[in-house]
Amino acid sequence: MARKIKMIMAKPGLDGHDRGAKLLARIFAEAGMEVVYTGLRQTPEMIVSAAEQEDADVVGLSSLSGVHNYFFPRVVELMKEKGLDDVLLVGGGGGIIPEEDYDSLKKSGMAAIFGPGTPTTEIVSFIENNVRKR
Amino acid sequence: MFDEKVLQKIQAGKDNWDQGPLAKSLSKSPEAKPVFTTISGTPVQRLYTPLDIKELDYDIDLGYPGTFPFTRGVQPTMYRGRFWTMRQYAGFGDARSTNERYRYLLKQGQTGLSVAFQLPTQAGYDSDHPLSMGEVGKVGVAIDHIDDMKTLFDQIPLDKVTTSMTMNAPAGVLLAMYLAIAQEQGVSWDKVGGTVQNDVLKEIICRGQYIYPPKQTMRLTVDLIEFCQKNVPKWNSISISGYHIRESGSTAGQEMAFTIADGIAYTQACIERGMAVDSFAPRLSFFFNAFTNVLEEVAKFRAGRRYWAKVMKERFKAKDPRSMMLRYHVQTGGVTLTAQQPLNNIVRVALQSYATALGGAQSLHTNSYDEALCLPTQQAVTVALRTQQIVAEESGATDTIDPLAGCYYVENMTDRIEAEIDDYIKKIDAMGGTLAAIEQGYIQKEIQNSSYRFQKEIESGERIYVGINRYTMEEPPPTGLLKVDMSVGEIKAAELRNYRAQRDQAKWKAALDKLRQVSATNENVMPYVVEAVKAKATVGEICDVWRGVFGEYRPKEFI
Amino acid sequence: MSIDYAAQILAGSHRAAARLISWLEDEDERAYGLMAGLYPHTGSAYVVGITGSPGAGKSTLTDKLARVIRKNGLKVGIIAVDPSSPFTGGALLGDRVRMNELTQDPDIFIRSMATRGFLGGMAKSTAEVVKVLDALGKDVIIIETVGVGQDEVDIIGIADTTCVVLVPGLGDAIQSMKAGIMEIADVFAVNKADKQGADQLCGEICARLEIDSHIKERDWTAPVNRTIAVEDIGIEELWLSIESHRKYLFDSGRFYTNRRERTSRETLRMIHAELFRVIREQLEKNGRLDAAVEELMNKKRDPYTLMREIVNEWLSISRHKETS
Ligand SMILES: Nc1nc2c(ncn2[C@@H]2O[C@H](COP(=O)(O)OP(=O)(O)O)[C@@H](O)[C@H]2O)c(=O)[nH]1
Ligand SMILES: [Mg+2]
Repeated sequence: MARKIKMIMAKPGLDGHDRGAKLLARIFAEAGMEVVYTGLRQTPEMIVSAAEQEDADVVGLSSLSGVHNYFFPRVVELMKEKGLDDVLLVGGGGGIIPEEDYDSLKKSGMAAIFGPGTPTTEIVSFIENNVRKR
Repeated sequence: MFDEKVLQKIQAGKDNWDQGPLAKSLSKSPEAKPVFTTISGTPVQRLYTPLDIKELDYDIDLGYPGTFPFTRGVQPTMYRGRFWTMRQYAGFGDARSTNERYRYLLKQGQTGLSVAFQLPTQAGYDSDHPLSMGEVGKVGVAIDHIDDMKTLFDQIPLDKVTTSMTMNAPAGVLLAMYLAIAQEQGVSWDKVGGTVQNDVLKEIICRGQYIYPPKQTMRLTVDLIEFCQKNVPKWNSISISGYHIRESGSTAGQEMAFTIADGIAYTQACIERGMAVDSFAPRLSFFFNAFTNVLEEVAKFRAGRRYWAKVMKERFKAKDPRSMMLRYHVQTGGVTLTAQQPLNNIVRVALQSYATALGGAQSLHTNSYDEALCLPTQQAVTVALRTQQIVAEESGATDTIDPLAGCYYVENMTDRIEAEIDDYIKKIDAMGGTLAAIEQGYIQKEIQNSSYRFQKEIESGERIYVGINRYTMEEPPPTGLLKVDMSVGEIKAAELRNYRAQRDQAKWKAALDKLRQVSATNENVMPYVVEAVKAKATVGEICDVWRGVFGEYRPKEFI
Repeated sequence: MSIDYAAQILAGSHRAAARLISWLEDEDERAYGLMAGLYPHTGSAYVVGITGSPGAGKSTLTDKLARVIRKNGLKVGIIAVDPSSPFTGGALLGDRVRMNELTQDPDIFIRSMATRGFLGGMAKSTAEVVKVLDALGKDVIIIETVGVGQDEVDIIGIADTTCVVLVPGLGDAIQSMKAGIMEIADVFAVNKADKQGADQLCGEICARLEIDSHIKERDWTAPVNRTIAVEDIGIEELWLSIESHRKYLFDSGRFYTNRRERTSRETLRMIHAELFRVIREQLEKNGRLDAAVEELMNKKRDPYTLMREIVNEWLSISRHKETS
């Protein structure tokens, strides 16, 4: 049986804007991935437990309320604590994540932050090219 | 509207044009696209003529402003009497800084307030709750208790302004605080005017700020409506919102249809509570989006007004014309704004405001051009307010009522959107009503599909969006963005600790116990919520009481 | 390294279990050695299947049921299956949304699985995954089936107790009776009992059970529970029903016979799968499959003779080996 990329799509924090997250979940599934949508109001702890139990290859974080600088690094940190360091962590939040934050987020361990208007095909191929081997 | 002879003549003329000048032109140079569609994906014809509104009956379908079916507007004089209320949604950081922004806006000619609350407050958590970490003061003002609210409205006379509060599952708590403050200011409740969103169904459909299971949260909604009907007669006890439905990807027709479906559910629930329809329906208000396709938006508003009037008259047997009026606030489309070339957003907002004016709204929030990037800066807020002032004062849209009536295209589209609404309502009725349709994910899936289609159109280049897939350019990163001080959270947490320690514990506990006890019965909870906030219970504490009684809700996510 | 994983799973490592499950899903060779090591440590978990049409409230019930089971001090494993798209092979796994709060409990393990083209309401490796969770130390394992069709009877092959969820107002009972879903229930949950028609539905089910009992002697009659999963009502009672079914299985000796049947069936299934895999691999590798298909397409040969020919070849190889 061919391997499938397993992905967690999560919305950390209290932000309810899930249009983008849902759209991407659908597009990733159409690209052949198995996408676990965890829905809203995820704490970093919840996201990381889900990643662990699902043996996720990729964790996608979407946040549009401006709390990315708090949440994303926290997820990275907990992932490391659990030894899940080979999981690809990607994030997005439209224009709400200012470009000046990209560097520090990447330094903290996010593999990529996708800016506003990034074509979804680009996101899909980034994941396909950078996902771990299991 | 036209007699048979006239129509025949027009048909003949059109046939001539089709086969003559048009055919000739098309053979020389084809049109730019095989199909033209609105942003909602509705096909648009090359030309509209009287033939496309053959069925229109002026008296029945349009009538006159302020009279049934209100297609042309809900007031007899519309903006010739007075403009819509200019109401900018604002709030960030702590109550003190938001209060300053409010007083600035009022000085600039804004005529109403609209409170943006932080997400923890909307989700019923205090600022020091673990889930509030990182969120305090971020997208709205942090209000944990009545003293925060007092600061928020410091030096703002509550009998002079009207206030809109975007608050849903915990709506009663924040309204109770507002009312308690009015009392302190010496303003009696019958003089207090404003709106509380109180629309929990759309939270489940698309906005995500739900707390309790549907039945229980609807009970709180109806409690609030009933309480206002008896005690706060000028208060709009619900603002049934299509805005967020549109933001989450619906078409214009779906926005109107699903909002009306929600409206039907609330009306039904109030009637089941034992309220006479004309006793509460005049205080039902609505909230819609405005996108950049001006004519489609105008048609949407007109179709919505006509359909709602019929629903209230025919389905719910309302007698009072005010019960049949679709009165609504508009906010320009947040998702239409681009982070790329943000100044272009000013133009989008101008067109959207123009659509709103032509459509006959009762109040308007214009987005700031930098909103795709951050919370609006003072400069951007000022431009946004000026935009609607220009539309009101200079564009001429306000000089005559419903200026686009009779436009073949707009009337045709009005009819088409009304038919779309009717289709949806019939389907939803057949499913067992709005709650059932939500539970089965029908409404959510319809919205998701539209959202998906739009995304595909953008990515394939089939639909052009300026600055996104055409006319793009390299830009330096934007500067001068508003940053919320991350320390608000810590300050708030410390302040809360103090607040809880210093209040009269016995009084506080008694108020919450009483509320808990009443919540488990059928009695209206609102009077007890007012007592609880006066006894200094916090938003999170009151919401926790209900979490205990009602349980928490996790809706199914439909993708 | 593989030995390490087995030990880790026995010591309760969620991470190791998660990885082994992925290998099972992928039919990765590395899984089987580990499974062999875990096998002696399986058999003690109690398996509950939850089935019913989509939207019946299976996920919500699973979430609430898991909480009740935890209150009883038992550890819980949850397997939630959703369908894969036959077109893209991808899947949206949404059941976890309803169980989010459970994620924080270290004694609960939730795994979402896609069917990957497997029919019958489960993923192909579901039975293996049950063993992993069993070895991981979970006392009760809940399987939430897909719920797309009415043909999800495979669950009874894996679950000790099968709970069928029905809801009022959808003509559910009649549909299920037609499809034979009624027969697989050890316990019924009439969920959404807050809706109109719950009484009627309970009545219909009871009447049906009554008729059945005349046709076929049964020593267990499925209890009918009303639940309102969203409001957490009736869940304790549902658990009691499951418990009493479990007690019945033990007292009557059915538990042992069922498990024995299951072991036999699983063994046969595994042999079948492995045999097929080996033959297929061989045929694909040496180009014989391609050649044969070509001939079949040209009608030079027929698949019936070909099939016998290939099977006989394999049988003679093994017979030859045996006798030599
Ligand atoms: N009214 C009502 N709705 C319920 C009940 N249980 C679940 N639901 C709703 O039914 C829908 C489907 O639930 P879900 O658990 O996802 O169903 P599944 O597809 O069978 O897993 C959701 O919207 C739930 O909130 C109940 O007891 N009463
Ligand atoms: Mg489910």
